[in-house]
Amino acid sequence: MAIEEVAVLGAGMHPWGKWGRNFVEYGVQAAKDALADAGLDWTDIQFVAGGDTMRNGYPGYVAGSTFAQALGWNGVQVMSTYGACATGSQAIEAARTRILSGLCDVALVVGADAAPKGFFAPQAGERPDDPDWVRFRLMGATNPVYFGLYARRRMELYGATEEDFAKVKVKNSNHGHSNPYARYKKRFSMEDVYASPMVSDPLRLLQICATSDGGAALVLCSMDFARKHTTDPVRIAGVSTVTPNFPQTVIDFPGISTDSAAGGRVPDAPFKDTIAKEAYEQSGLGPEDMSLAEVYDLSSALELDWYENIGLCKPGEAEKLLNDGETTIGGRIPVNASGGLGCFGEAIPAQAIAQVCELTWQLRGQAGERQVEGARTGVTANQGLFGHGSSVVVKR
Amino acid sequence: MSKKKRVAAVEGLFDLDTGQLIGTRCGDCGTVYFPREETLCRNPRCGGSKLEPARLSTRGRVWSFTNSCYPPPAPYIPTTDPFEPITIAAVELEDEKMVVMGQVDGASIEDLEAGTEMEITTAVLNEDDENQYIVWKWRKAS
Repeated sequence: MAIEEVAVLGAGMHPWGKWGRNFVEYGVQAAKDALADAGLDWTDIQFVAGGDTMRNGYPGYVAGSTFAQALGWNGVQVMSTYGACATGSQAIEAARTRILSGLCDVALVVGADAAPKGFFAPQAGERPDDPDWVRFRLMGATNPVYFGLYARRRMELYGATEEDFAKVKVKNSNHGHSNPYARYKKRFSMEDVYASPMVSDPLRLLQICATSDGGAALVLCSMDFARKHTTDPVRIAGVSTVTPNFPQTVIDFPGISTDSAAGGRVPDAPFKDTIAKEAYEQSGLGPEDMSLAEVYDLSSALELDWYENIGLCKPGEAEKLLNDGETTIGGRIPVNASGGLGCFGEAIPAQAIAQVCELTWQLRGQAGERQVEGARTGVTANQGLFGHGSSVVVKR
Repeated sequence: MSKKKRVAAVEGLFDLDTGQLIGTRCGDCGTVYFPREETLCRNPRCGGSKLEPARLSTRGRVWSFTNSCYPPPAPYIPTTDPFEPITIAAVELEDEKMVVMGQVDGASIEDLEAGTEMEITTAVLNEDDENQYIVWKWRKAS
């Protein structure tokens, strides 16, 4: 049975890039845009959910109050959340549950990041109890190493090719080139991809997500509140923040090993297959009902895994879905119409919020050149380190 | 050649002489933990607390593999200049029903495919004036 919905009254983003400024600026800009889009003032907001960033000192750990202070403290309730790459969904869920429980009518969700250049690295110091430290110390297993393992596994298991992976990058660059919020707007060719240096075989530099600065915000409210301000708003119909089920038998960073399945029962489905499922079930909709999807293409190859994980096709059929053009704008189920992480790079606490911003604009018909015609429903999918599922189903 | 001391790059994970991985096994349900879990079995249907030291299988088969063509950031310590790509494999252990990663010794990605049989070994990860820091690695089984 579908559960109650909340409305997306406003969406706003600060363009992704490497701007070299404080993350608070990006968040405030996104928040102001979302408030303007909602037709509300900051002083109308009753609850602020901030997505934390771990790379910007203490203000980043208490992002809710940091953004509230920057917008002007006025005694609202705040919450700061963290779930690695799934941070944005944690913040969305904090706001949604407050609204659905009746504790507030209207909430502001903000996430922003200023990211360092190059590989993400663990915190400094000698920390042998932290798997994130151990993987770097003992084997130099960067995030792209894990992307490489998944990509090579697709090749070994399903016969995926480097050409398939490159096509994902080319598709997403064609989608995102007109997106004003995207960092990389170039339309890349297959030759461009093949000419870029190898990072973790079979993945090249152009197929691996960069780290970006950026900010995204949403104004969420109860359906009653929404009816006083707009007609036919985009609605959030499901949010998933699930953990894996033990034993998790697919290697996942930051681990250097999987769980052992020697203790008996193995889950019916691997973790990533369960992420969107929870959001679908809350919404009463399924993958066959979706108009479009925004998924976490940390690598071009990983996008193909997501097609299967969120139920767009059966395992082993993602390459066919891609090659048939079904996931290109104009196809049956466009994926990453925004351009995805391939065009954005990742601004960690903002990214899952940005996925919902994109779906909001798509469902309102405001996505310009990248508009998916007649979009009425959409799903996001993403996964945060240390077992954070993240998926949001929206509809109109 | 001065004799440097061989020390584990991270203590308690493997046998310094053979590379054999050392974890724990739940006395109640048989789940194996590597790195070791010492307080509570994480199997939600078990909850056992009798976790005993367990030496893991020294052979397994490649689940997947890749490399790192750029020098990883600290705490990894690159040992060659210019940097040479590191090969990394995720190896499936049949008895433990789990996958364990490691650098690959003496083989590059061209030499590997899913299912390739591997065995554990030790190698010097890096060294300083006094110590050689040892890690386990996978190599193609002989």
